[in-house]
Amino acid sequence: MGQPEITIIGGGVVGLSVALGLLQAGHRVRVLDGADSDARASQGNFGLVWGQGKGWDFAPYANWTVDALAAWPAFSKTLKELSGLDVALDQSGGFEFFTDQREMDEFSAMLNTQQAHVGERFSHEVLDGDDLRSQMSGIGPNVVGATFSRMDGHVNPLRFLRALRVAVTKLGGQITSDAHVAKIAAHQQGGFDLTLTNDDKLGADKVLLCAGLGAMTLASDLGFRTKIRPQRGELLITEKLGERLPFISSTVRQVDEGGVQIGGTKADAGMDDSETLDVMAGLARHAVDVFPALASVRVIRAWGALRVMSPDGYPVYAQSTQHPGAYLITCHSGVTLASMHASRLVDWIDETSSAPNLEPFDEHRFAL
Amino acid sequence: MNIASRFNVLPDDRQTVQFTLDGEIVTAKQGISLAAALLAQSGTASRQTVNGAGRTAFCMMGVCFDCMVNVDGVPNTQACMVTVRDGMRVTRQIGLRPLEGSNDV
Repeated sequence: MGQPEITIIGGGVVGLSVALGLLQAGHRVRVLDGADSDARASQGNFGLVWGQGKGWDFAPYANWTVDALAAWPAFSKTLKELSGLDVALDQSGGFEFFTDQREMDEFSAMLNTQQAHVGERFSHEVLDGDDLRSQMSGIGPNVVGATFSRMDGHVNPLRFLRALRVAVTKLGGQITSDAHVAKIAAHQQGGFDLTLTNDDKLGADKVLLCAGLGAMTLASDLGFRTKIRPQRGELLITEKLGERLPFISSTVRQVDEGGVQIGGTKADAGMDDSETLDVMAGLARHAVDVFPALASVRVIRAWGALRVMSPDGYPVYAQSTQHPGAYLITCHSGVTLASMHASRLVDWIDETSSAPNLEPFDEHRFAL
Repeated sequence: MNIASRFNVLPDDRQTVQFTLDGEIVTAKQGISLAAALLAQSGTASRQTVNGAGRTAFCMMGVCFDCMVNVDGVPNTQACMVTVRDGMRVTRQIGLRPLEGSNDV
């Protein structure tokens, strides 16, 4: 096999999903992965495959998300065939629980708008607290209601990351760990020279920046204007339980191995990924509000992790106008969108006749 | 060469306590950990993993989690981290803990 013609900077969920799709399309791909000391969103995430609320005020994102949800079953099957790993996709429908009526009304209105963007490809229901409690035992009295969407679900997040790595390797992708790019130089006639911090030099026809928060400096070096910011989320992990919780929600969910993840907080704390006592306590209170039986379950781990946020929260898919062949690919929902990143995004990079119109996700929307 | 043991044997006159293990009465010396009492009573498994493998106390210092049993209705209790008490009701933990912890109260 010859020299990889495409270098992907970033070996998290986003970079590896794109790598997988490119390899399947017949490209030779190199993935430069960082180190465990980096802010790795892919190792702190919640594993949601989730549509509710996504793109309610931005129709292209609403549609892209619904495409992703619909493509997940086939994507997880492909992953299993390639990696031998079952990412435990469960898309049996997801709940957003509310303990505040006003918040629930606001969210329901957002879902109505989202529904209008995508029509019958999406569905949602709004259940009041008593309806919910009559359908599902164990929901707490403080829950005023929930919204439900039947395409929402989750995967085992860490196994998903591993499955991607195994699949990419199996297809001949070269993953280099502990690789940090210090400098990218663009040739006049096209192509790039990359210099790593250990002074290794690599050449590439195309460079894809998929490094999440680690992409900030390189992105501006390549002429991109998107400002990516960290948003901290904290989460709790409980001991493993012998029974299954009767629901999947975006804030309380049980992985296939039995542990319950509780999360969903948002804070602007710069690059600080610490966990904080008051936020952890609030998460625990929310989980017990939703499902009081969790009160006797121990929390065994807690951590903070940094989301990767563009200024408006939507994905950015952009090719550099200054240096064609350099791409910025960044988003918050790297798990949900993985099924698109491994398929239709590749058509866009390859500029095939079936390429999706990703113009709404270009970064010119951030023009001053 | 004979190196003096640093292992202190409890005096024989130490008082005893009684607890139950899956309903059977077990006698143990007062002041020892529940894990030590389980090991002194028998070498059989005091818990079963999710895959059905037998386990019992190993590290004796709260690290390995192989001594987890149900103590007075509280599952996933590390037996090496609690002192044996008179009247304690201990059950072997089989597989993962249930959601409702109090299966023995």
